[in-house]
Amino acid sequence: MKKFFTRYTPLQIAVHVYAWSKLVILIYQFFTHNLTANPIQALEQRTGRHAITLLVLSLACTPMNTLFKWSEPLKRRRALGLYAFMYATIHVMIFINLDYGLAWSLLVQTILQKPYILVGATGFLLMIPLAWTSFDIWKKRLGKTWKHLHQLIYLIAPLIVLHYAWGKKGDFFALTGDIIRPLIYGLIVLLFLILRIPFIRRAVASLPSRILFLFKKRTLPSEA
Amino acid sequence: MNDLYKSVPIKPSEITPYSLYLSRRDFLKAAGIMTGSALLAACAPKGTGSTLPEGEATALPVKKDEFGDPANSFDDITHYNNFYEFSTNKEAVNPLSKNLKTHPWTVQVYGLVNKPKTYAIEDLISAFTLEERIYRLRCVEAWSMVIPWNGFPLSKLLKEVEPTSAAKYVRFETLMDKKQMPAEGNPFYEWPYQEGLRLDEAMHDLTILATGLYGQPLPNPDGAPIRLVVPWKYGFKSIKSIVKIELVDKQPNTFWKTTSPKEYGFYSNVNPNHPHPRWFQNRERRIGELQMRPTLMFNGYADQVAHLYDGMDLDLWY
Repeated sequence: MKKFFTRYTPLQIAVHVYAWSKLVILIYQFFTHNLTANPIQALEQRTGRHAITLLVLSLACTPMNTLFKWSEPLKRRRALGLYAFMYATIHVMIFINLDYGLAWSLLVQTILQKPYILVGATGFLLMIPLAWTSFDIWKKRLGKTWKHLHQLIYLIAPLIVLHYAWGKKGDFFALTGDIIRPLIYGLIVLLFLILRIPFIRRAVASLPSRILFLFKKRTLPSEA
Repeated sequence: MNDLYKSVPIKPSEITPYSLYLSRRDFLKAAGIMTGSALLAACAPKGTGSTLPEGEATALPVKKDEFGDPANSFDDITHYNNFYEFSTNKEAVNPLSKNLKTHPWTVQVYGLVNKPKTYAIEDLISAFTLEERIYRLRCVEAWSMVIPWNGFPLSKLLKEVEPTSAAKYVRFETLMDKKQMPAEGNPFYEWPYQEGLRLDEAMHDLTILATGLYGQPLPNPDGAPIRLVVPWKYGFKSIKSIVKIELVDKQPNTFWKTTSPKEYGFYSNVNPNHPHPRWFQNRERRIGELQMRPTLMFNGYADQVAHLYDGMDLDLWY
């Protein structure tokens, strides 16, 4: 047991336990009939929400390093991203198989007619190459291109939030309706993206040392 | 609370036997297992979820709509509710609405009428003969149920208060009480919930005020103690927990039209030909079934109500 905890960090364990437990709970609730009277819809909504949450968490890793000099989340980024993709895949599979019963012509019609599904489908398709190239071998093989490719997530995340917002009742842009949750996700994603803009990142990263410097300057004369 | 309903004439045959209620639950479990295997096999089976097991269907009287589709279980009807005054989460409505105080309760009928009157709920229930109406309820979210309501035609109440010739519309309002209905503090909506009907729609015999279902007093999550049921319109038109009924001369504002006018119109008739930006409206999932079924014009009540909209472009007046 001690060996287990020296080999795996608490954060690492938390990430994996969190991601899998959500799936276990979902499956358990499904087979014990605790997924509302409309289980297909509940499955779709919950897998979708888990996917977004994990996506947002994966976006949080870099700012954790910039803001608090906490570098470990950088190592968990890939797992979080892959778990997000896993839930997104289940979400899409349920939509195609259970909800639409593989009625392809109907599906195409829906995707073209409903903007929120078009946006969600675009986000999902863009996630596929990222998941595919997430392994070290691809990272090496692609070199600099790999980084640019994976910056696609800056486009994917807003697309997915938009998909979520439009999928909810109300009018996201008029700020009416059932939009509190998508709004919160949207603001968090926005914050995490802003923190990646180079000059902001530099300003924020140097903030602690600057405050410390000011503090030192004031205290020095009194010491003398 | 229950002695309120003693005077209500409900035939014993109209009350679902407990054994049938139980068998429905068994059936739902079976349907759930079917769904489960479908998930594993990643393909939807062709079976229809609503067919009752053979034998049971013939042995016991099942409540059915005029198409022969069975009513949904009491459990489903009371645990899967859109009631935004409590929560936007359909499963949270039942526990959150548990303590809604439905007695004393008054319904004020006023406006352009000769005899305005404020009714105590028990007077309303005893004043009119309660009928059972087994109606389909089609939610704009593309799911549907069959519900055996107990209530009386709204027209009976309106005739009592005598609308004046100036009255053209009826406006309904839900209780506004943030202490009891916490989500009425949600600033992204305009409270209280209000709805409206054209006078001829309100006078139509299919339009009822429901005070019960399955022979029981109306459960809180379904809009206790009194709600509107307009079966040919999307579910949100059937406003819950009504405290005010006003006769007016202008088309009243409605909750969802105010929230998102591009998506929801005043009429909101069930119309498979008028698309919605979010949900498909040409098909629906009956709760308890796996496969979608086609949505019918006016929710299957076209023969009775289509004439109300003669000459109207329903794509324009959605």
